[in-house]
Amino acid sequence: MRGATHAKWAAGAVVVALAATACGGGGSSGGSGASGIVRSSWGDPQNPLEPANTNEVQGGKVMDMIFRGLKRYDPKTGKAENMLADKIETKDSQNFTITVKDGWKFSNGEKVTAKSFVDAWNYGASLKNGQKNAYFFGQIDGYDKVHPESGKQTADTLSGLKVTGPLTFTVKLNQKFSTWPDILGYAAFAPLPKVFYTDHAAYVKKPIGDGPYTVESYQRGSQMSLRKWDGYPGSDKAQNGGVDLKVYTDNNTAYTDLTAGNLDLVDDVPASQLKNVKNDLNGRYINTPAGIIQTIAFPFYDPAWNKPNSDKVRKGLSMAINRPQITKTIFNDTRTPATDWTSPVLGKDGGYKAGLCGDLCKFNPTEAKKLIQEGGGIPGGQLKIGYNADTGSHKQWVDAVCNSINNALGNDKACVGAPTGTFADFRNKITNQKLNYPFRAGWQMDYPLIQDFMQPLYYTDASSNDGKWSNKQFDALVDKANAEPDTAKAVQDFQKAEEIVRDNMVTIPLWYQNGSAGYSSRVSNVSLNPFSVPVYNEIKVK
Amino acid sequence: MGRYVIRRLLQMIPVFIGATMLIFLMVNVMGDPIAGLCGERACDPATKAQLQQEFGLDKPVWQQYVTYMGNVFTGDFGTAFNGQKVTDLMSTAFPVTLRLTLVAILFEIVVGVTLGVVTGLRRGRPVDTSVLMLTLVVIAVPTFVTGLLLQLLLGVKWGWIDPAVSPAANFSELIVPGLVLASVSLAYVTRLTRTSIAENRRADYVRTAIAKGLPQHRVITRHLLRNSLIPVVTFIGADIGSLMGGAIVTERIFNIHGVGYQLYQGIVRQNSQTVVGFVTILVIVFLVVNLIVDLLYAVLDPRIRYA
Repeated sequence: MRGATHAKWAAGAVVVALAATACGGGGSSGGSGASGIVRSSWGDPQNPLEPANTNEVQGGKVMDMIFRGLKRYDPKTGKAENMLADKIETKDSQNFTITVKDGWKFSNGEKVTAKSFVDAWNYGASLKNGQKNAYFFGQIDGYDKVHPESGKQTADTLSGLKVTGPLTFTVKLNQKFSTWPDILGYAAFAPLPKVFYTDHAAYVKKPIGDGPYTVESYQRGSQMSLRKWDGYPGSDKAQNGGVDLKVYTDNNTAYTDLTAGNLDLVDDVPASQLKNVKNDLNGRYINTPAGIIQTIAFPFYDPAWNKPNSDKVRKGLSMAINRPQITKTIFNDTRTPATDWTSPVLGKDGGYKAGLCGDLCKFNPTEAKKLIQEGGGIPGGQLKIGYNADTGSHKQWVDAVCNSINNALGNDKACVGAPTGTFADFRNKITNQKLNYPFRAGWQMDYPLIQDFMQPLYYTDASSNDGKWSNKQFDALVDKANAEPDTAKAVQDFQKAEEIVRDNMVTIPLWYQNGSAGYSSRVSNVSLNPFSVPVYNEIKVK
Repeated sequence: MGRYVIRRLLQMIPVFIGATMLIFLMVNVMGDPIAGLCGERACDPATKAQLQQEFGLDKPVWQQYVTYMGNVFTGDFGTAFNGQKVTDLMSTAFPVTLRLTLVAILFEIVVGVTLGVVTGLRRGRPVDTSVLMLTLVVIAVPTFVTGLLLQLLLGVKWGWIDPAVSPAANFSELIVPGLVLASVSLAYVTRLTRTSIAENRRADYVRTAIAKGLPQHRVITRHLLRNSLIPVVTFIGADIGSLMGGAIVTERIFNIHGVGYQLYQGIVRQNSQTVVGFVTILVIVFLVVNLIVDLLYAVLDPRIRYA
């Protein structure tokens, strides 16, 4: 794999050099596609196209076009706004009554009712269906019966869900969670038509939803043609005639096709092209914050990293990293140095607090050296940073971080990268606690709430608490925040919890990741939502 | 001849089993593929167990292998993680790669052998020297450089071709990728043919043929070329297999959804079913092609007999 990566970089360099001299005005000759159709790059979705089974961007693109749920996150602000939900009421932050708007239909004509939601959620939660987003339903009462940690399920439906009328249903949670309605914008909570259960094989070949687009044709692994659905009742109708998603074997090829005018939108600009993307595309390039934060996590299950003074070492390491320099030189400003543990897409009201990390996230080599020495030095004398070498050009930045640490400590062997071949193997080692050194951790939010940046990552034994950090004070604050009916106060409690994360430097925040996209002169009004998925329905074709 | 073929076919069985077992073990050594399916988080243990059961990963490796092989003989190559049958993937990927390979092999045969004959007959002349230089350059430049260069020049700058091949992957679209894929082998074929022709030109049977007063084209095609082709045929035969599996680079550059691309994706996602399935087919292709090459020897040179 390493050879191939080198090859890709070298190849990229060749293209870069040639592109810089040769094709300043590429992309002006589009027009071979059908009128009003946006041609967009795509990758083969990893999982079957079921809402509760789609957990990556490629499948997410389709979900975003063909489904609308009770809520939708505003593509600009990330705020959860009612879509199919007429109202969601609660008195105690635990029992919710949901009323679905009348007049919504699936594109096959079937009406969207309360049952469409309840059945879909039961399906998603049920263990036997093996849906990867099942944990989203974990807060609903009865989840432990439908999806036990081990053994067979003892119930097929969630006891917390009850249909009370054609358009109303009630939800009982297993604990108080005041901001729970805000997670309902996630694709996993989408309603499903009856055909999903009666003819599942056909459904997966050609999914049907209630969103602004319908699937016209789907050749798996190569192309999906989506067309505007004229009968769509929502206010966010498609502004174009449709979208053709084309699978590319490599994002470099997609980019080349964009410059040649055969493609309208590339939402994954290759790292090697970032330097000249502005010239190549005449400014038709967007680079906006996405709800992704990259950190370095520590193995708290390893005694060497969990000594009373270890936090000083962690703080020292954080101060030894020159974030602005790395985001500029390695990432061409597609990352922003992190100053807290959330993401700017949350906004101030949502819990993002710039500068919460304070001096601890600022580059200060002398202080860094001092703190690490006070903390007893790096365990084992050498810091390894684990990463997977197959995707995402992690090697480049890990080497840069190590370089920064080595320079700060005046020891060129203080830090080295520790690659693992594939992502799956890397995740395997982490889950089985086989890494006895810090490792890279990326967190892409599921929904734009500060809760999603805290609880799954740092709560005792939480699903993504990979380092197995545990702190009673933190847990108590999170519980308090979840039970707090007033959102503003809940956010404050979460921020207090975040301060505990800072004071212990549980993970080293590195940078917020941006979503980037380039587009052709044929299209306008291109933007990315906080999940770095293009907002297809708003794209206009000239 | 018949007995020989049967013997060779029987020999294929242990090779086939050994090769697939090795691949199966290698893919399994890479670790648990389920871990990569849940993004940057741990799959919850119950879902993980459910998925492992679904894909048969909860059983010991030897049992997985036996089940897998049993299924393969009934034509069931398993299911990829995205819910697609591996046979479906094959039925879309192999025709595309087959077309690409065909284009590449045609280039090798037509251009490679022709250049080889021309240079072999004019050894030391300017044509010979310049072609030799050219092949040296082609061999020295890696495929991805030629690929990206041609893509940029022909696809973006001059607009003669589309830089990316459409999912249909017609023959006309595959000409440039095929040329790129064939380029290095083409150079070798040229050099092999040239040496072989140059050597055989001074052979007794050629002199006899000329002395008989046969026209030159007949001497070259019937006598000289036929005897000179044996090493070339061996090379091209072995090349068919490696072209089919080794097209990963070319296929990624030109967006060809063929075997190389599926293999790459299978490896990155640690999708053992896809990888083992595709490699198994490639192993069979290798074995069959090798057999055909061996049989072709007898056609080219009647002195070679198989008993």
